Amino acid sequence: MSGAVRFVLGGRVVEVRGAEPTTTVLQWLRANGRPGSKEGCAEGDCGACTVVLGELEEAQDGTPRVRYRAVNACILFLPMIDGKLLLTVEDIADEDGALHPVQRALVEEHGSQCGFCTPGFVMALFALLHSGAELDDESIHDGLAGNLCRCTGYRPILDAARRLRTTDAEDRFARADAGIVALLTSVRRDAPLAISAGGNGFQAPRTLGELTAALERHPDATLVAGGTDVGLWVTKQHKALPTLIHLGAVAELHTIVEAEGHLDVGAAVTYADLLPVLERRLPSFATLVRRIGAAQVRNLGTLGGNIANGSPIGDSMPALLALGAVLVLNRGGTRREVPLDAFYLDYRRTELKRGEFVERIRIPLPAPGQVFATWKVSKRRDQDISAVCAAFLLTLDGGTVAGFRTGYGGMAATPTRARTLETALLGEPWSIGTVTAAAAALEHDFQPIGDFRASDRYRALVARNLLIRFFLHSVGEDAYALETAHG
Amino acid sequence: MADGTNHGVRPVQGGVHTAQAHDSALRHVTGAAPYVDDLPELPGTLHAAVRLSDKAHARILGMDLSAARATPGVHAVVTYDDVPGELDIGAVLPGDPLLAPDLVEYAGQPVVAVAAETMGAARAAARRVEPFYEPLPAVLTPEEALAQGLFVSPSQTMRRGDAAAALAGAPHRLTGDLRVGGQDHFYLETHIAYVIPGEGGELHVHSSTQHPSEVQHQVARVLGLPMNAVTVECRRMGGAFGGKESQAAHVAAIAALLAHHTRRPVKFRMDRDDDMLMTGKRHDFFVRYDVGFDGEGRILGLEMELAARCGMSPDLSNGVVDRAMFHADNAYFLPDATITGHRCRTNTVSNTAFRGFGGPQGMAAIEHVVDEVARHLGRDALDVRRANLYAAPDRDVTHYGMRVEDADILPELFEELERSSDYRARRREVEAFNAANGILKKGLAFTPVKFGISFTALHLNQAAALVHVYTDGSVQVNHGGTEMGQGIHIKIAQIVAEEFQIDAARLRVTASVTDKVPNAPPSAASTGTDLNGMAALNAARAIKERLTAFMAEHCQVAPEQVVFRDNAVFAGNHALSFAEVAKLAYLNRVPLSATGHYKTPKIHWDPVTQQGRPFFYFAYGVAVTEALVDTLTGEYRFPRCDLLHDCSGSINPAIDLGQVEGAFVQGLGWLTAEELWWDGEGRLRTHAPSTYKIPTSRDLPADFRVRLYDARPNREETVHRSKAVGEPPLMLALSGWLALKDAVAALGGHRHPVHLDAPATPERVLLACEAVRRRG
Repeated sequence: MSGAVRFVLGGRVVEVRGAEPTTTVLQWLRANGRPGSKEGCAEGDCGACTVVLGELEEAQDGTPRVRYRAVNACILFLPMIDGKLLLTVEDIADEDGALHPVQRALVEEHGSQCGFCTPGFVMALFALLHSGAELDDESIHDGLAGNLCRCTGYRPILDAARRLRTTDAEDRFARADAGIVALLTSVRRDAPLAISAGGNGFQAPRTLGELTAALERHPDATLVAGGTDVGLWVTKQHKALPTLIHLGAVAELHTIVEAEGHLDVGAAVTYADLLPVLERRLPSFATLVRRIGAAQVRNLGTLGGNIANGSPIGDSMPALLALGAVLVLNRGGTRREVPLDAFYLDYRRTELKRGEFVERIRIPLPAPGQVFATWKVSKRRDQDISAVCAAFLLTLDGGTVAGFRTGYGGMAATPTRARTLETALLGEPWSIGTVTAAAAALEHDFQPIGDFRASDRYRALVARNLLIRFFLHSVGEDAYALETAHG
Repeated sequence: MADGTNHGVRPVQGGVHTAQAHDSALRHVTGAAPYVDDLPELPGTLHAAVRLSDKAHARILGMDLSAARATPGVHAVVTYDDVPGELDIGAVLPGDPLLAPDLVEYAGQPVVAVAAETMGAARAAARRVEPFYEPLPAVLTPEEALAQGLFVSPSQTMRRGDAAAALAGAPHRLTGDLRVGGQDHFYLETHIAYVIPGEGGELHVHSSTQHPSEVQHQVARVLGLPMNAVTVECRRMGGAFGGKESQAAHVAAIAALLAHHTRRPVKFRMDRDDDMLMTGKRHDFFVRYDVGFDGEGRILGLEMELAARCGMSPDLSNGVVDRAMFHADNAYFLPDATITGHRCRTNTVSNTAFRGFGGPQGMAAIEHVVDEVARHLGRDALDVRRANLYAAPDRDVTHYGMRVEDADILPELFEELERSSDYRARRREVEAFNAANGILKKGLAFTPVKFGISFTALHLNQAAALVHVYTDGSVQVNHGGTEMGQGIHIKIAQIVAEEFQIDAARLRVTASVTDKVPNAPPSAASTGTDLNGMAALNAARAIKERLTAFMAEHCQVAPEQVVFRDNAVFAGNHALSFAEVAKLAYLNRVPLSATGHYKTPKIHWDPVTQQGRPFFYFAYGVAVTEALVDTLTGEYRFPRCDLLHDCSGSINPAIDLGQVEGAFVQGLGWLTAEELWWDGEGRLRTHAPSTYKIPTSRDLPADFRVRLYDARPNREETVHRSKAVGEPPLMLALSGWLALKDAVAALGGHRHPVHLDAPATPERVLLACEAVRRRG
């Protein structure tokens, strides 16, 4: 047993020694006198365990300030909050007991019934309030999509959130920002975190060099970025993860380079950090990314993790396949580039060699004149996993298809291009007739399975119909899309 | 007051008919409201886990428990053989073994239970149990069970008139079938019990349960103890919705069995997956019907069979199927009807109570039928519904012989909502939209609810309460109801506050405990406030009568001159605060504690003729929902929904509004995205929120207009003439399902029949669209 996890809980610095690295933040909180945060699912899908993490960031003028983000404590390993501020429902009322504005709004709007989900909603709303977002209904839904309530039907909770628009948003945390900055600065490390307990190890390198060195020592280590998938290997699949290497502290993996024709994204960039860039540069993809998980998941989950884990239903891959994304892989400092469409070998099997990791993702942006779109179809709009996800990139020369790339998820053992379809359309006139005719090629590309998300028949129909939707989109018939008509 | 001032005389805060916050609201939002898992654990507490069967039907040939027993930290590994008392914990009829003996009858059935020092160790040990099975053929669907004649209980039929003759003579006739899906409760707090052994074999059980008395009964039975040795306490649940009516006993009794064997406190908190796999859900139904009607769409004759998937045991299924049959009329007069309810035995989890208790499925069936009738005739379904409503004097008796005495409420509600929702104009807008759009289609549906209030098991329609007045004038109220989020405690505090004429803040409603209020019915069937509120009122009245008599004597005035009002007691020229009266009464040896009991009047039922008056009264509501469907993918939204629910006489309009909205959204989930999916081996594969999708905030209608109707105080003598509200509004969501169907029908210009089973997942909607498209 060595090393200690150090973070700020509420207002005081806490050092935890001897906790197994895969102890979740929720388990630790509940075992240490803070039962306010609840376990509803242990898989990051209900939000009852929502807590808020505060981290230092630089304001536009370069001064440090605290950024607050909601996360699911139930799938977050305790060492991953090292150096951060952790706030729970027990922390946010004033010391004299006066309720925080979000708590007051929930009481006054009758926003709790059984109350079990309420601590999670309180913290999700706290993070929303501190996010600086316009509290319009869209951003409220985005902020609450990861929190399930089975009693209220949400209306009073939404009204509580709307009430915050008119409330003075400055709470005691805003007022104490400088103090919190000082506290967080004081717990900064000058060496990478490395702990071991119960025969399991966890390390958090801070540079690419430290990361490659750690991987050379432990080529079979489990890499964890946000942990929104790896966390479930422990809580749901009961896997032992004897060596964890956390990518969250590796500075180089957090950069986004916005180049002329492409984006170059570090593997540990979270969806939340990627979103503002996508909204500027690739809005269609941004719309889809806003439907990956929910705020709590996007605040930790990373594009790199989504790609590297290689789930057949990962929602970011179809778009990246259609766009022709290229991965930069790194092994011991030696880099190689692999196009994403050559990365997946089979179900959850990838090109990655032992000790190799995804360092960066290069995403070509659609050129002027190209048409790109991506959609996911799921039972529920928010916080659901796709039955089918599809993306299309069209290049026209006059009225003729000069290039057509696709990406499909949910249709095969890996996310994949529909190459027969792409070939069938190449050189054809771009019309509803040719598109409908070419859609038959999808039967050659895919033999989807049926499961609890969708039947094989539904998947095949939707795969085809999304192509039709793309045609309509390409000719400006966006009124045909539900999102456009209703949101 | 005693000093001659009137400082303490001020209007009562928190009496009845006022919007009060939930009594735990402040604690909810600060994380200070403890649920069972939040209670401090006693030293030596062990944690329980179960090993569930992964076979739907199999003989257990043997089990290797050695690896489980050898797991570090394990204190007990028990099977059915270790049960000292009765193995069967069937709530009404036998059929539910605590742990499977030599046969497993559903995938998810608990076979072995483990107690260990940590939850991790207990769960790891449970995974190491190695059972050896000999698989047996499994029956998985109600259709299969119906075909094979497999039932957990005999089928029943309710008859009015001669349906066969009416069908034969009807100018129009339709036959069809329908599948209505089940639903997982998905209470946010999973099942949990914490059992603490005491002296002399006593057990104190903290249980998340709607029915502490049932938990007490089953724990005692399993351990062979008298009920007086077991005390069950429930301060609050993190949601229940019927799922913690009978099912909580299973969880508590497993924990009690482990506590018995280890002589240690044992906590059994189920993880989400085990909870969803092991415990019962809303019954899914297969429905067949034959309906005859006239040119106006008026039903002349109806034969309907309602076949429920009960699972492997009766549990509460008889009541559930009965209630489905009782609601196969919904709001409509069935002059000649034969309604049959089948209780199908399947090798799936034993289904149980869920908000509405069969009523929603029965209503879905008749609403589908009425919708089909309207489509067949090409008439607006609202007109057909209105034509079929119960009406005095000749069209007001149900198919089970009960007169609908306030049948005029529904036409009022229809008229009001048709106007306020702008139904006719919006119907035209929907038609215009559909004419202009090829891919997106809109639908609109108007549906009513008439829901019978009372337990159909007669003996459950009683309640008791215990009220204490202390010498400082503070009051403690105990009652048999349990708090699951519905705000029963604040409502009952309001009722008692009103009676004593003191501020509700002076009252504390305690946890529900079997040693304070014994033999209580479950908090279920929407009756919690009706029953327990009356019992608490009767207890308060008993004390108030004693105080009145005492004050009359003490102040030398007639009893009629003693008045409780405005936080004070007036007796002739005397005015005392309530606290002063309490103190004075105590000093004069007046008892300040009383029990109250209540039983629902008027109800009766003849199980042989299947006729009677099973309900004290009916609750009513109406809904209009608009749907927008993407016919390329089957995805949809609900742009607008208008609800009008009769909550006349509401004890607490804020709480009741929450019930209406919450029930509606839960109902909408049931009918849309909440799909229970079993694989071919009978294993439920949607057993966590990653795969089972209850509504999120964006799923409620974008424009959601909910109003409580307040013009018709209960014609029966309920507590302050209020009306039960827990379940009825769930069924208003049928309007959402039928609006989706209406939108699909628009794809074919309403020329073709549409079949849309529930839940109407995007997949079912798209497949319905494809069926319409194929017909051109």
